[in-house]
Amino acid sequence: MLSYIFRRLLLMIPTLLCISAVVFIIIQLPPGDYLETYISELRASGEQVSLERVAFMREEYGLDQPVLSQYFFWLSGILHGDFGYSFEYNQPVLDVIGERLPLNVLLNLTTLCFIYIVSFPIAFYSAINQYSIGDYTFSLLGFLGLATPNFLLALVLLWLANAWLGVSVGGLMAPEYIDAPWSWAKMGSVLTHLGVPVLVIGTSGTASMIRRLRANLLDELQKQYVVTGLAKGLPRWRLLLKYPVRMSLNPFIADIGTILPSVVSGSSLVAVVMSLQTLGPLLVRALQSQDMYLAGTIVMLEAFLVVLGVLVSDLMLAWLDPRIRLQGGLRR
Amino acid sequence: MNGAPMTQGSQPPLPAGDEDLGHWVSNEPFDATYQPALSPAQQRYYSAPQWKLIWWKFRRHRLAVVSAGLLAVLYFIVIFAEMLAPYAPDSRNSQYIYAPPQRIHLFHEGEFLGPFVYGDHRKLDMEVLRRIYTENTAKPHPVRFFCQGDKYRFWGMVEARFHVICPAKDGVFYPLGTDRLGRDQLSRILYGARVSLTVGLVGIVLSMTLGILIGGAAGYYGGWADLITQRIIELLRSFPELPLWMALSAALPATWSPVTTFFGITIIFALLDWTGLARAVRSKLLSLREEDFAMAASLMGGRPHRIIYRHLVPNFMSHLIASATLSIPSMILGETALSFLGLGLRPPAVSWGVLLVEAQNLNVVALYPWLMLPVVPVVLAVLAFNFLGDGLRDAADPYH
Repeated sequence: MLSYIFRRLLLMIPTLLCISAVVFIIIQLPPGDYLETYISELRASGEQVSLERVAFMREEYGLDQPVLSQYFFWLSGILHGDFGYSFEYNQPVLDVIGERLPLNVLLNLTTLCFIYIVSFPIAFYSAINQYSIGDYTFSLLGFLGLATPNFLLALVLLWLANAWLGVSVGGLMAPEYIDAPWSWAKMGSVLTHLGVPVLVIGTSGTASMIRRLRANLLDELQKQYVVTGLAKGLPRWRLLLKYPVRMSLNPFIADIGTILPSVVSGSSLVAVVMSLQTLGPLLVRALQSQDMYLAGTIVMLEAFLVVLGVLVSDLMLAWLDPRIRLQGGLRR
Repeated sequence: MNGAPMTQGSQPPLPAGDEDLGHWVSNEPFDATYQPALSPAQQRYYSAPQWKLIWWKFRRHRLAVVSAGLLAVLYFIVIFAEMLAPYAPDSRNSQYIYAPPQRIHLFHEGEFLGPFVYGDHRKLDMEVLRRIYTENTAKPHPVRFFCQGDKYRFWGMVEARFHVICPAKDGVFYPLGTDRLGRDQLSRILYGARVSLTVGLVGIVLSMTLGILIGGAAGYYGGWADLITQRIIELLRSFPELPLWMALSAALPATWSPVTTFFGITIIFALLDWTGLARAVRSKLLSLREEDFAMAASLMGGRPHRIIYRHLVPNFMSHLIASATLSIPSMILGETALSFLGLGLRPPAVSWGVLLVEAQNLNVVALYPWLMLPVVPVVLAVLAFNFLGDGLRDAADPYH
């Protein structure tokens, strides 16, 4: 087992290297660089551009060099823990991200818990009472949840929250706390603002989770061992909880590969609409203004989490389902 | 009808009642070649080609059939958008800015007139700076059918003025309201269908081609080809999806024409989507190439190319189509999302995502809720593709 984990970890290195190269190339694809955008913006607003500063930045960050050496410059920086400099925010990338990361993780972990907590009982109920009115209702709601673009749901819910409940709209906290240091009052404000975003971001995830869990559980319920167990007189609930439910939990685990990165920015769109202080809007903005180190670092962070998530879910699946063997056999 | 149970030709009636039968043996001579006669219905069933079996099974899935019908209507709109829309997508009416949807009436003062709308009293409320529209029930404006209206180029080629439906000569017809420039919402939704519904189709055709080509090569040749493809697939799958979409679309030059941007975006979708299909193709091929008929084909001198595409792929084509159908919705939603963020299509292109950009802030939801209407066709199309895909998958599965 240990050697397997070690091998997988080693394999992550070339994968991440490839990803970093591709990401860097993609981000470099648009013509021009951030400094050009920056200068033209300043000129357009009639401000003086300090040419020395621009030249300094260009040299400091190697923007005058060919793409390849820029890439290696960035890469070696990462290996030293320096993720580059955000031109737009005039801060090291790590500081820009670090400001938003805690909120981000808080928001998305809450969403994750929401998805798990809501989808499990519903899927369980739907599978056990297949084709009941409740099952149909939940299926319909689930399909609608999958099909509605969630940024629109966000808008409507925000409006409803404002019109009916009088909760201030947008953001993850009341405006007066945005630059304030962390305090209990700020924490409270964040918690009251968390509801709507969590509901919105969680909807489609919950819907797809319910569908898969229900399908899995239904498959398991038809298997012979369930019939055998019932025939032998095992109490129904004990039988259900002990075997089929345990087997149908696979999507919970298998999804970690996709869920871990969403802990960082699964919610970009909603975050843009609701002006949440998370990484999603930051990435959109960085991509548009070619703030390349910032954009690159965020995408790399997520790629890292995907790779890590896949490994974790493989390991947990093996732990949950003894029929899965990791060594040998896995490749075929 | 191989393997059908062999039964006796005709059985003598069993003794009635509860009396013990003992060891009972029929006196009829044993006929080893006997097969029960098939009813015509059975005959039809057993000799039907595969596509017919799939069709019969698919027909039973009501929701899927309804969805297929709905999609047919939607794609009809895609083809004839110019004729079906009452206005051109960019024709503005500065008198009707943010006009709410007009009600369509049939009776005017108790008299049947056919569908018509009333004119409006327009007034600017200076206190809240909002235009107020009230119905002017004095004069009806009957809607005209099969008429001459705004000029357009059909599919960008043939110039024409024919519309199926037009406003009254001196009136307007905005059944779904207008946007901030006074453009007809209904016409824009109809035109938007063109981009939004084809982005998924073109994307899926591209990604299926890629998936079958690459997955086919990997699965049939195995060895190095397989190893390299597997690594590439793993690599592509470890990219976070949405950020990669965003990064790639941000890389599309802003100077491109709407059509080029559109193709750029479909190619992006296809480039990231083929991996799932390639995997499915590969694993199917790995098992199918061991079958006898594949061996026979290669012994008869079939080249790999022919064996793969004439003999192996048709075996699971229906599955591929079903799973492709299921991945169209994500492309439609993806287009909506990217355009909404300003990374996808940009005006003057019209797509449902571009239309939804107008509905980006709370004012719209509170004051002009009809600007959110483009979401209705999005939801309908996504649901229809989902149900259709479900139905196809069930129908294509021979083991169900």
